[in-house]
Amino acid sequence: MNWPLVPQQVMTGILNGGTIALIALGIVLIFKASEVYNFAHGHLVMLGAFLTWWFAGAEERGGELFNLPLWAATLAAVAMAMLLGLAIERFILRPMTGQPVLAIILVTLGLAQFIEGGASILFGAQPKSNFPTPFSPSDVIRIPFPGAFNDTIILKQSLVASFLVAAVASALFILFFQYTKTGLAMRATAENHDVAQGVGIRVSRIFALSWAIAGVIATVGGVLLATVTGVSLNMATVVLIAFPAVLLGGLESFAGAIVGGLIVGLSQALVQASRNIEVRNSAEIVPYILLLIILIVRPEGLFGQKRIERI
Amino acid sequence: MLKVNNIEVVYSDVILVLRGVSLSVESGQIVALLGANGAGKTTTLKAITGLLRTQQGKVTRGSIELEGRRIDRLSPDGIVRLGVAQVFEARRLFSHLTVEENLLTGMLFRPESLRSPAVRNDLEQVYHFFPRLKDLRRRTAGYLSGGEQQMVAIGRALMARPRLMLLDEPSLGLAPLLVQEIFEIIQRINAESGVSMLLVEQNAAVALQIAHHAYVMETGRIVLDGPAGQLMENADIKEFYLGLTQLGERKSYRDVKHYRRRKRWLG
Ligand SMILES: Nc1ncnc2c1ncn2[C@@H]1O[C@H](COP(=O)(O)OP(=O)(O)OP(=O)(O)O)[C@@H](O)[C@H]1O
Ligand SMILES: [Mg+2]
Repeated sequence: MNWPLVPQQVMTGILNGGTIALIALGIVLIFKASEVYNFAHGHLVMLGAFLTWWFAGAEERGGELFNLPLWAATLAAVAMAMLLGLAIERFILRPMTGQPVLAIILVTLGLAQFIEGGASILFGAQPKSNFPTPFSPSDVIRIPFPGAFNDTIILKQSLVASFLVAAVASALFILFFQYTKTGLAMRATAENHDVAQGVGIRVSRIFALSWAIAGVIATVGGVLLATVTGVSLNMATVVLIAFPAVLLGGLESFAGAIVGGLIVGLSQALVQASRNIEVRNSAEIVPYILLLIILIVRPEGLFGQKRIERI
Repeated sequence: MLKVNNIEVVYSDVILVLRGVSLSVESGQIVALLGANGAGKTTTLKAITGLLRTQQGKVTRGSIELEGRRIDRLSPDGIVRLGVAQVFEARRLFSHLTVEENLLTGMLFRPESLRSPAVRNDLEQVYHFFPRLKDLRRRTAGYLSGGEQQMVAIGRALMARPRLMLLDEPSLGLAPLLVQEIFEIIQRINAESGVSMLLVEQNAAVALQIAHHAYVMETGRIVLDGPAGQLMENADIKEFYLGLTQLGERKSYRDVKHYRRRKRWLG
C-alpha cells in the first residue's frame, strides 16, 4: 500500500461512487417494479449522454440542429429518455407480460444491442471529446490534508459537482418513493401485482412510469459520467460496475444501491493506491471479489429484504 | 346493488369451475356465501372484481351487474372505482409496508392526496373501528399477528369508501374469540356506514349470525339460499352446526390438521 495516496483515493472513490450509485438506483427501480434485471440500463446511460451531447450542438459533424446550453440539452435529453422509457415498456415489455423471466431478461439484452447499434448509426462510433462540460480538467479543489501525498488532496471540480448532483438526484428519488402517493403505489406494486390491481392501482401505468423514471435517472447519470470521462459507446459498460453495486445492496433496496455504489467506487479507487501494478490493474474485478465475499456471508445482500414469512 | 346472473367460469379454457351461479346483494345488506373448500367461492369473488383475467380465468356465460350496470367486462381498477372493495382471502397485505401505508394503499385510486383532511378522516374512521391499529400504525405489516393483519385488510378496503365490500373468509386461521370480535366489527361497519357486504365463509355459524341472507355453494353451484335466520333452522346446516359446536367447545385447539378437517364440513 502506498499510504500517502490513500486519503486521496478514498475521496476520489466516494465521489466516483455517487454516479455509480445513481446508475444502480435505476436498475433497482426496474427490478423492484417488475422483477426484470434490465441489462440495457447502461445503454440508456450512454444514450442519455449522447442525446445531451447532440442537443448541445454536435459541432464535430457540422450539421448541428440545436445548440443548447448544457442544462437545456440535459432537459431535452431527459424528456427524450422519458419517452423512450415509456415506449420500451409499452412496445417491448408489455407484450412480454406472462412470459418467463429469462425471456424478458434476454429481451433487455437485445434492447441493449439495439440501442448500441442505433447510437453508433446516429452519432458515429467515435468517442466524442467535446462534451460541453462546464469544467476543464485543470479546475481542481485542493484540500490540505497532513499525511497525504504533498499534504493535499486534489479533487477535480467536475467530479465533485457530479457527486453533488448524484446525491441530490438520489435523495429526490428516495423522498419521492417514501412520501408521495405515486411512490406508495409503486412500492405496493413492487410487492404484489395482483393485490395492487385488486386495490385499484393501475399496474401497467406504474410499470410505464418506472421505465420513464429509469430513463430519466439513466440520462442524468450519463451526463454526470460524460462530464468526467467524455462521451463514447463504451460508457454502456458502466453497468459492469453498477452490477456488483446493485447486488451488494441486495437488488431490491434503494439504500442498498447507494451504499453498494459507494463501496464499489471506494474499492476501485483504493486498489489504485497499491504499490503492486498487478493489484492496480485488477480494479475492474475488485468489486466482484467483494461481492462474492459479501454474498457468501449474507446471501440477501447488505440491505436485501428478507422475505417475511409468518407460518 | 349487486346481481350475479347465472355465470359460468372457466380457467385455462378447460377447467369449468362455476356452473351457473346466481346471487344478489341488496343495498345495505350482509349476504353470506357459504361452502366447502374448492366450492368456487373465491372464484365467484374474482369474477366480480375482474381479477379472474390475471389468472387465466374467464366468465364464459351470464352477466354481473352493479346497480344495473354491467361490470363483467371492466378492468379490476375500473371496478374498484365503481365502489367495490375487497378483503382478500388470507389477507394479502403488502408485508413490507407499514400498517398505515397498507391502509393508504386502499385510497390510492381516489383523487385526494395522502395528507388531505378527507383521507386523514377516513384513517381515523378505520382506527375508530380497530383501535388497536392506531398503536400499530408504524409497524411493518408482515410481522403483525393474523388477527391484526385481518384488521388491516378490512381497514384497507374501508379506505376505498366502498359501496360494496367483498370479504373472503375473514375468519381464516383466527382463534374463535378473535373471530367473534372481528365479526362484531364487520357488523358494526355495515350498520354504521351502510356499506353492503358479500361475505364468503366456511364458518357458517358466525357468518349466519351477522348475515341477512345467505347462499350455500357446492362444486360450482348454489344449492341452497334463504334468509339467514331460516338457514340456521335448516336441517342440513344444523348438522354442520353440530360439528361446529363440538369443535367450537375446544377453544384451546391449535392443531392445523383438525382446523382443516373442520373446514371441510360441507364437502
Ligand atoms: N387459477 C386457477 N386455475 C385452475 N383452477 C383453479 C384456479 N383457481 C381455482 N381453481 C379451481 O377452482 C375450484 C374453486 O376454487 P376456489 O378458490 O374458488 O374455491 P373456494 O370455494 O374459494 O375454496 P376455499 O374455501 O378453499 O378458499 C377449485 O377446484 C380450484 O382448484
Ligand atoms: Mg377461497
